[in-house]
Amino acid sequence: MSTTVSMEAALLLAGILFMLGLISVLIRRNIIFMLISVEIMLNATGLAFIVAGTRWVQPDGQIMFIFILTMAAAEVSVGLALILQIYHQLKTLDSDAANFMKG
Amino acid sequence: MELTFYIAAAVAILSTVMVITRYNMIHALLYLVVSFLAVAVVFFTLGAPFMAALEVIIYAGAIVVLIIFVIMMLNMTQEDVQREKEWLQPATWVGPAILSAVLLAELVYIVVAADTPAAGAVVAVDAKFVGLALFGPYILGVQLSGILLTAGIVGAYHLGRQKKKVIHRFLQERSAAA
Repeated sequence: MSTTVSMEAALLLAGILFMLGLISVLIRRNIIFMLISVEIMLNATGLAFIVAGTRWVQPDGQIMFIFILTMAAAEVSVGLALILQIYHQLKTLDSDAANFMKG
Repeated sequence: MELTFYIAAAVAILSTVMVITRYNMIHALLYLVVSFLAVAVVFFTLGAPFMAALEVIIYAGAIVVLIIFVIMMLNMTQEDVQREKEWLQPATWVGPAILSAVLLAELVYIVVAADTPAAGAVVAVDAKFVGLALFGPYILGVQLSGILLTAGIVGAYHLGRQKKKVIHRFLQERSAAA
């Protein structure tokens, strides 16, 4: 099973996915959509690491992907807990409504 | 196999576009699952089968299911979808989209113009070498991610806890009577 995937195409895929996540996190006002967009961006970053690991036939890229995966899991759990708190306090998911820090 | 990569890449990009243009959160999450599965196929064609499995299990499985459960707790209605539609006017998204597209164009130019040697055959780096490196030189990183996950659990428990409503006993009696 020998394949030749051009590394440029794979890197460009990572760049396009990252840009889509970036656009979404910029244009959305719903906090949950912003969290989803951050997940898309993290996934794209992991893809770039995997591409680099494949290019040099080293396991380091995949290890970085595992660390990114761990970080994404911790981030999404804490982020969702924060979203639940914001929703219970403000009764909305509008990120513009959360512009004070009274706790 | 190369064709597989390009098809999976096209599916990933299309489904991600669908994610960022949906008004309904559940629809967006279902497209997100498709996107993650397509990226898992890309990982497989890049010679990282273990990472493809992890992508399916953790991203498409755990993380998306977690978000879906939180959305179910928030009781979204059709009005929320309508409001999402109102928030997403073209005047809102055209500016950031154009600027991000300019940045992407620069990135494409840099990647394409760079003088990279022709790609050889993809050699799979299987899970054995990843595990050996993970518990060899990267053991400190493994311990740090353990600490990070513990902090995540404690933080999520602390933040997600509902505060008990403290009602004066006089008011409590009145609300019981009413």
